[in-house]
Amino acid sequence: MGKSENLDEHNREQELISQFLADNVLFLGPDPEIMEHHDIAPRTETEDRAMAKESDPAVLTLVRDRLQAGCNETFEMLEQMGAAEGAKWGDLITGIFTPSGDLAIASTGGVLLFASLVHHPIKFINKYWANEPTVGIKEGDGFIHNDARYGNIHNTDQSLIVPIYHEGKMVAWAGATVHEGENGAIEPGGMPSAAEQVYDEGLKMSPFKVVENYELKKDLVTYLQNSVRSPKLQYEDMKVKLFVCRRLEQRVKAAIAEFGVETVVSSLRRGLEDSKTEVKRRLTEWPEGTVRTVIMADGTLRENCLIKIQVSMEKKGDELILDFRGSSPEFANRCNNTVLSSLKGMLCQLFLMFVWPDLPRNQAVFAPIRVICDKKSALHSSYLTPNAESMMTFFPAFTAAQLCVAKFLYGCPSKYTKVIAPWHNMIRTFIWGGLTQHNEMVGNLCADLNGMGGGARADRDGEHSVAPIFASMADTGEQELNEEDVPFLQIVSKKLMRDNQAFGKYRGGQGYEMIASNLKSSMWGFMVCCIGSKVSCTPGLFGGYSSPTYPLCKVKGVDTFEIMKSDPKKWEFSIVDIMNKKPFEGAKYTAHHMGLQFELCNRGELYMIMQGSGGGYGDVLDRDPDLVIKDLEEDLISHETARRIYHVVYNPETLVMDVEATKKARDAERAARKKRGVPFKQFVKQWNKPEPPADVPYYGSWGTDSTKIYAGPFAGIPRKVMSSDAIESIFMPNPRDVRIAELEAKLRECEGRVAKAGK
Amino acid sequence: MKVPMTEYLEIDLDRELWMCRVCNHEVGPARQSYKEGLLVHARDPREIHKPILNPEWYEFTFAPDPKWVQILEYYCPGCGTLVEAEYLPPGHPPVVDMEFDIDALKRQWAGRKPLTEAELAGPDMAGLSHQHSHSRKQKAHKHGS
Repeated sequence: MGKSENLDEHNREQELISQFLADNVLFLGPDPEIMEHHDIAPRTETEDRAMAKESDPAVLTLVRDRLQAGCNETFEMLEQMGAAEGAKWGDLITGIFTPSGDLAIASTGGVLLFASLVHHPIKFINKYWANEPTVGIKEGDGFIHNDARYGNIHNTDQSLIVPIYHEGKMVAWAGATVHEGENGAIEPGGMPSAAEQVYDEGLKMSPFKVVENYELKKDLVTYLQNSVRSPKLQYEDMKVKLFVCRRLEQRVKAAIAEFGVETVVSSLRRGLEDSKTEVKRRLTEWPEGTVRTVIMADGTLRENCLIKIQVSMEKKGDELILDFRGSSPEFANRCNNTVLSSLKGMLCQLFLMFVWPDLPRNQAVFAPIRVICDKKSALHSSYLTPNAESMMTFFPAFTAAQLCVAKFLYGCPSKYTKVIAPWHNMIRTFIWGGLTQHNEMVGNLCADLNGMGGGARADRDGEHSVAPIFASMADTGEQELNEEDVPFLQIVSKKLMRDNQAFGKYRGGQGYEMIASNLKSSMWGFMVCCIGSKVSCTPGLFGGYSSPTYPLCKVKGVDTFEIMKSDPKKWEFSIVDIMNKKPFEGAKYTAHHMGLQFELCNRGELYMIMQGSGGGYGDVLDRDPDLVIKDLEEDLISHETARRIYHVVYNPETLVMDVEATKKARDAERAARKKRGVPFKQFVKQWNKPEPPADVPYYGSWGTDSTKIYAGPFAGIPRKVMSSDAIESIFMPNPRDVRIAELEAKLRECEGRVAKAGK
Repeated sequence: MKVPMTEYLEIDLDRELWMCRVCNHEVGPARQSYKEGLLVHARDPREIHKPILNPEWYEFTFAPDPKWVQILEYYCPGCGTLVEAEYLPPGHPPVVDMEFDIDALKRQWAGRKPLTEAELAGPDMAGLSHQHSHSRKQKAHKHGS
């Protein structure tokens, strides 16, 4: 038998195996070809013909504006009719997609990254369900989706996607996404930080058909209702999203009737291609070079540890490359991992909200930008790692990129927004769940996550509690309205805390405090999911300082509502006063990191948190002393901060400033800096260490070598060092086991001492 | 031609130098990290972000943990301006945060005019003009004068 015959036989066998595998797919997991790709799809023949037929920019813009109005109209519909807490305050979006699945137009308000990530499930549906005899796509169908591994950021957000047809041919897709909250996870509210595996995270819906002939399929709706804690919410919002998609369908069909199908197809495609071209043009104006940032996320939500997020942003010609290699490895049993596509969606949001908000809100804006991550890192996590709290790694990644962008943009002549210090980046809010006063089981969250402080700008202070980093025109909600539905009060709400400020020439916008308690339920509890209790998560810019760090404070073992009735003068209405004065006798006062797993709150017990400040901008000694006095007048800072940080001299009674003395104080501080500062080369000889501190649990690369990844030590597990091309998932011990081990060690120590004393 | 690159630093393209925009101090070669020409001080973060809760009672106080993070403050040797505040774990080498291609920068700026302070800060949102806010006392003073 000759060599070639062997080869033929081998090829035949290979073909048979390939065919067998194609005919016997065990299941259709996320498709890397779809999930790792964020460019717009190639132009189709239909689009080519349509664009050749209609290319008048004025007409195409008119159509795009018409469809944009349709998106904004449906956004309003969804916000007004949606039942989810998220829907009520703008944590949603609607959009129109090309037949290939690219987001062509998104509503002006709402969470852009939702829509910019719905192209993945649409592309999955097109690729796998269009020709699948048991599924198919036809007019009147609708598909549901929420699994981040197939698109979007985490499974609390549900999308409904509807194909739009004209004369039997698909011309577009309509999509609506809402942060629904409840999803049947191990904890109520949809963002389970206790999840140790993907199966703890609740409903994980790969895209499937739930609508036929424009009607929800009752059997599937029933199944979904049985899978979550809020069956009414699940049904109502599926209905609302379907009607919203139908309104979008109406608007597309109306545009087709008025302008012709080719014009609509051409307009959608032209908007994408022009956006991509324009972004490339704008990038050429940036300076050539590389800008780098390191951000330390300080926990997994179960425990504190240093999780390195770093980016090296290189701009070359019309290309921008974001290289996150060297960042932390993924965590096998923690839910702070990010799917690569989710990271890209958040970065797309950075450019559309903070850099080029004038561009059409479509996904092509991000198309020319490349993202590189290590596989099995926390920013490019693998299939089986949980991701319900992916924000704990991709928000810091957003901030790292935001800081880099500011350094590219400062000297660039063409800007479309202010140069800005990082926005506060944590969802400091209560997630809640339990039995309501109406005897309903619910789980969801407060809108206060939208009250993040804005970053200071190059010519003015940041805005207080203005908006989340992930949405424009979102609201912080009305607590009084919430109280009609849920049994807890925010006893203190929307109150700015003194010195909760990122200092600088211009200060960050501050965040407000929230003190919540259960009043009317026999079973009610809270969760909190934020990092930044040991290390700030929001740095400043150009000498501006970061935000402070933020604890979760609790008062347990007392019904403070009873004290409010019997001895109201005892009540203090600020976290600081309650924690430092301890006014309620017999109560237990504790402060924690902000990763609180669901915990029951008895009547009158207090859970207290703070929204965060945006980063500061510039040197504190450059702050206009008059603005310091203004902050004092508004009780935003203490006298100590005015004197010690800003070096302003004034009469504390009258707040009249002493201009000369202030100048002297600031000159003295500048001289003191020069005295205590050490020349860089001398400094690094002392400062630089070859590896992370031995007693700090550290995850990620160290210094400039991004190929060596450190992990640990933690709770007796020694530090591991890995190559970045062979990262192993990190398995963290159960915090309860860690605590038991600590207590057992203490017990042994005590027993040893007792035995010694006995001898 | 001098090109502002940050609030406090510019690059003198002709001499290829990082310069302090406040005092014109020559910080160092533009093809190197500007940090190499500055003074550095590693600061306990609690000096800036003081504990607001009683640190004797609570582990978490609104102040960062100095064992986990320090603030590297970079000062201009000429005027003492705080050019950069970098938050890093103790011992982590400073990040080379800005490396620009000087030859490309020269080509880019060959036909450009110097930027005004307003152009450096970036545009206002459409329909909003900049109103620098002042304390009540200063407003009263201005009103009275």
